Amino acid sequence: MTIPSPNRAHPLPAEPPSNLGPQERAAVEDACARLKALPGALLPILHAIQDALGFVPADAVPMIARELNLTRAEVHGVITFYHYFRSTRPGRRVFRLCRAEACQSVGATALEAHAKRSLGIDYHRTTADGAITLEPVYCLGNCALGPSVLIDDRLVGRVDAARFDELVAEARRKR
Amino acid sequence: MSKLRVYVPTDASALAVGADATAAAILAEARRRGREIEVVRNGSRGMLWLEPLVEVETARGRVAYGPVHAADVAGLFDAGFTEGAAHRLGLGPTAEIPFFKAQQRLTFARVGLIDPLDLDAYRSLGGYRGLAAALAMSPGEIVETVTASGLRGRGGAAFPAGIKWKTALGAPAGQKYVVCNADEGDSGTFSDRMLMEGDPFTLIEGMTIAGLAVGATQGYIYLRFEYPHARRALERAIATARARGFLGADLCGSGRTFELEVRMGAGAYICGEETSLLESLEGKRGQVRFKPPLPAISGLFGRPTVINNVITLASVPVILDRGAGYYRDFGMGRSRGTLPIQLTGNIRHGGLFEKAFGLSLRELLYDIGGGSLSGRPIRAVQVGGPLGAYLPESQFDTPIDYEAFAAIGGMLGHGGLVVFDDTVDMAAQARYAMEFCAVESCGKCTPCRIGSTRGVEVIDRLVAGEDRARQEALLRDLCETMVHGSLCALGGLTPYPVRSALDHFPEDFRRAAAGSARP
Ligand SMILES: Cc1cc2nc3c(=O)[nH]c(=O)nc-3n(C[C@H](O)[C@H](O)[C@H](O)COP(=O)(O)O)c2cc1C
Ligand code: SF4
Ligand code: FES
Repeated sequence: MTIPSPNRAHPLPAEPPSNLGPQERAAVEDACARLKALPGALLPILHAIQDALGFVPADAVPMIARELNLTRAEVHGVITFYHYFRSTRPGRRVFRLCRAEACQSVGATALEAHAKRSLGIDYHRTTADGAITLEPVYCLGNCALGPSVLIDDRLVGRVDAARFDELVAEARRKR
Repeated sequence: MSKLRVYVPTDASALAVGADATAAAILAEARRRGREIEVVRNGSRGMLWLEPLVEVETARGRVAYGPVHAADVAGLFDAGFTEGAAHRLGLGPTAEIPFFKAQQRLTFARVGLIDPLDLDAYRSLGGYRGLAAALAMSPGEIVETVTASGLRGRGGAAFPAGIKWKTALGAPAGQKYVVCNADEGDSGTFSDRMLMEGDPFTLIEGMTIAGLAVGATQGYIYLRFEYPHARRALERAIATARARGFLGADLCGSGRTFELEVRMGAGAYICGEETSLLESLEGKRGQVRFKPPLPAISGLFGRPTVINNVITLASVPVILDRGAGYYRDFGMGRSRGTLPIQLTGNIRHGGLFEKAFGLSLRELLYDIGGGSLSGRPIRAVQVGGPLGAYLPESQFDTPIDYEAFAAIGGMLGHGGLVVFDDTVDMAAQARYAMEFCAVESCGKCTPCRIGSTRGVEVIDRLVAGEDRARQEALLRDLCETMVHGSLCALGGLTPYPVRSALDHFPEDFRRAAAGSARP
């Protein structure tokens, strides 16, 4: 049964068939089983899935909706509301560049231009070799030592173009 | 030789400039020299321009060196830093460094002194004395103490904490909640993060006291995802507190219950707004609710809920421990107590500076902050986050006081100062304010959702010099509409940075036009 999507920009996935691989399906089932009894369980579940897989696959939506007794539109609406949740697989490392004012005051705008140019991608995109996804972020709480970048869970401060290139080279060595 | 004790911070800002490598190098060098050593990973002392700031325990107390990078370590050992000897990175006794010495640390009293996860160290420095006092009081007495302290919300709106608590206490019994707002979305702020990473038990203790005060048995800390280090610190501290009887059923043998859980946000500035935060905690899109009802009456899952900022809650233990009068005696006017001020952006001495209200912006920027990082003149300061006005030099004598800032059309907000030197393009800053609002709008009101995008376009045309008078009038109209037609402060205050840029720095909106006037 397919519920027509009210929002054409984000079409809801058809169900079935589900295209989840076994590992993805297991991650979704595990997150739901562990967390669905929590009050307000949806965000914790989405976090657990993204922690495990790096993204929340579109085909996870109907499974989550069923487990939480929500509509697929509700689950989809929550995923798209929050900048952090993503529906596509990211690169091996996610670079989050701070765009906010304190970092701007020490060169973040130039760093942003350098990052996009040197990686050859815009925000929300992944380099062709699958190494790096670039995302904007609005403050990392490192405003006295900007420009700041968060690489997965690692915070780096005082990042200029040269330092950025080093960080990219390091990231590319990760397989 | 006696065992050596060295401190290297684990604060995220210290890690961001290499503190882990410094700690590893110190351990390796000590081993190479056959020196027995204990490296304590403390919170940051708040002098972030000196990070990684390494301290050595000596007969003269703790002596500081910084910034110490891994490559400096062998040289420090050679110079005898283990005995506090002179070195080009030497800063002398930490407590005597002027930036530190000038502070009045109440909320941040322990931050930087101890291993943040060491509960015994916490208790040896006064930790959990506030809770002990609260356990001996009635809920009404706790609320009265917080009210009498004059403590106002540190998250931005500066609403008296005691009054909020009183409303929640007076709500009919049943499930109630304490929610900590740890969304800290404002650029130029990190005091919540430093407190959570550097002294998480203080926040846990403050929330526990809030629970006792209003009759809430469950607390949630809503933490932004951008703070993975704070998450680890909080989760570990909560586990320790629970294992030691400071959380859970039968708190400290009192028969009272308080449970605590960390919930992660997911990248939405608007989720710092309290009702949007509650929606998010309930597992929904973070859309702002209409008020009333107040959260204190009908908040999380429709139940009475106290929601406060991290710093508000973390200031409660010292108030309960030392008394309302002790706290209230700091400050000026209706701004009582201390404010952890965050000096950020283009500033030489960036960091956290906790002080009683009353210092002027100018003192903070120059005497404490040391002027701009670039060495160029300071041209503008944005105080209070992305919704705060840009202040020109002529307003630098404004004291740090909620009412004084309101009087000049500004706001103190969460206490962050972002400094810009004279290379700043204020038209670009105004444009960014509108762009940020467009990116982060929750979508509920048209002036905020659509107006902000229109604002970006109008600023672009204004700067391009297209019919300038008309574009400026349009921009000001748009600002009026946003101020009056927005449900919350995101749409309602975005015009403040925009208009202040336009009012105080009009020349920046004429730059392009001067050279390339188009028909
Ligand atoms: C757009 C917007 C963003 C906000 N962001 C935060 C925030 O990140 N942290 C915070 O404590 N309060 C924030 N607030 C203020 C909260 O709505 C609320 O006033 C606060 O959590 C109450 O706690 P307090 O009284 O202890 O300050 C924000 C408000 C608005 C309108
Ligand atoms: S002003 Fe903006 S963010 Fe606030 S409720 Fe309205 S649309 Fe949402
Ligand atoms: S503004 Fe970039 S870290 Fe805060």
